[in-house]
Amino acid sequence: MSEPPGVTVTFAEAPKTDDPPQPLAAQRVLPLRRPGRWIVTAVVLIVVAQFVHGLVTNPFYQWDRWSYWFLRPTILDGLLITLQVTVYSAVLGLAGGVVLALARLSKSPVLRAVSWTYVWVLRSIPLIVVLIFLYNFSALYQTLSVGIPFGPAFFSFDESRLATDMVVAVVGLSLNEAAYAAEVVRGGILSVDQGQHEAAAALGLPKGYQFRRIVFPQALRSIVPNYVNQLIGLIKGTSLVFYVSLLDLFGSAQTMGSTYPGDIVPLLLVVTVWYLILTSVVSVIQFYVERHYARGATRGLPPTPLQKLRTRLTDLGARVRREAAV
Amino acid sequence: MSAKTREARADVEAATVEVHGVHKWYGTHRVLDGIDLTVRPGEVTVVLGPSGSGKSTLLRIINHLEKPEIGYVSVNGELIGVKRQGERLKELSERAILVQRGRIGFVFQNFNLFPHLTVLDNVAAAPIATGRLGRSEAQELARELLGRVGLADKTGAYPRQLSGGQQQRVAIARAIALRPGVILFDEPTSALDPELVGEVLAVIKDLATSGTTLVIVTHEIGFAREVADRVVFIDGGRIVEQGPPAEVLGTPRHERTRDFLSKVL
Repeated sequence: MSEPPGVTVTFAEAPKTDDPPQPLAAQRVLPLRRPGRWIVTAVVLIVVAQFVHGLVTNPFYQWDRWSYWFLRPTILDGLLITLQVTVYSAVLGLAGGVVLALARLSKSPVLRAVSWTYVWVLRSIPLIVVLIFLYNFSALYQTLSVGIPFGPAFFSFDESRLATDMVVAVVGLSLNEAAYAAEVVRGGILSVDQGQHEAAAALGLPKGYQFRRIVFPQALRSIVPNYVNQLIGLIKGTSLVFYVSLLDLFGSAQTMGSTYPGDIVPLLLVVTVWYLILTSVVSVIQFYVERHYARGATRGLPPTPLQKLRTRLTDLGARVRREAAV
Repeated sequence: MSAKTREARADVEAATVEVHGVHKWYGTHRVLDGIDLTVRPGEVTVVLGPSGSGKSTLLRIINHLEKPEIGYVSVNGELIGVKRQGERLKELSERAILVQRGRIGFVFQNFNLFPHLTVLDNVAAAPIATGRLGRSEAQELARELLGRVGLADKTGAYPRQLSGGQQQRVAIARAIALRPGVILFDEPTSALDPELVGEVLAVIKDLATSGTTLVIVTHEIGFAREVADRVVFIDGGRIVEQGPPAEVLGTPRHERTRDFLSKVL
């Protein structure tokens, strides 16, 4: 990368040549050869090849059992639960996060304090504790009722009937997610230039419109990458709902593993591949969402992978033709 | 000029702006120290003064982006940001203030265009959001206004794809889309490269001749001499002198005005 010390040639010491300086023709500069880089590349390739070879040939992984389990209905049912829990919690969590962020940025000291305390508490408690606590919630509060605070109730629910395993899981994850989302959203809103708020106010745009159409879309540019990061954590975090007796992807594999102990490794690999697929899909969606909200922020939009491939191919074609011509 | 544009210009009623005994301070720092100013309908007023003299604060108080500590502002006799209750002044609701701001155009030094909206949507946003016009009417108006500032071919562009001068012209079109009776300019050419200043001043000059009331904070003395009906010189939060440009710029009566002019000319 950098030159070794001690070989810097200063202008004064430069060896004198007998040739008088000739005016050079305008030409392409020969690129610097980098042998070190080639050696490192080769070593890395060998290590990767070894790893892949081991992954494929090591009988310990039992790939035949993997393909047996990969699309089993129990696994797919679990996958569906994972997806449901993720989607509900992501939406509710983001909505809660927006509300908490707005409360935190409001002028009311009470709202600010409540929002801060919520984030503080929920970020401090491990998710598994929140889930198990909610699971036992019906023991603490048998009924939930709607009415005048500290006064009579208009109607009430039987908590144990309302709180299905799915509800407990989604509520727990959303509560946790909202605390993190609040900080992500707040950061996004703060990243919008003060001049934008002033311009919107000076034009007399209604308050709701200012937020929905001017501030929030610009905030999304920094919210999206951070929230997707959060979302990927959430996808994996859903595996904890197994402990509130909801059979998600991980839960199903775990159950099958205790019934077929010999298949534990292939089952874990099934789970791994499914989580890989889920996070990959999210990453692809992230790319296009970010591209959408980049409108106007950069002079041109970043190219999609397809566009990139196309320009690469054209470049390659041009280069081959050029080399052939030389 | 199309019949529609003429109509759009015709129903703009130039406003009177009155500033009554306005004081503004931040902590112990006095920014404005008793400003009284009347701007007659259709008049072009240029506000001059050294930096930190309170010029920008005065403009921002006129459209209530800042609240005066003492004193009040009225546009066409209507109090801005406050209402009268007996002998007391009471703060207006935010919603009511936003409605009032629709009658006062404001052009920022840094343009503050909405970067995620196209040029057309920047101009059409306010008429749509305030419910004055439907989407297609607002876009038609926006096209006409962009034509008027010489940017008819840029409707689909995003602000960051434009030069500073073009952005400021879009910002002016955006400010006049609500047909305000008065437009406030806060150093509209200070953020521009020198060769782009002229195109923005030309648009402001065009507005000046159309009869809208303009209040302009600027350092362009030549422009003030040419366009202003009145020049107001502010220093230390007070109006030092005011009058026709020939008087204030040509034969200033106060030492401080002379001092300032000798530095900027």
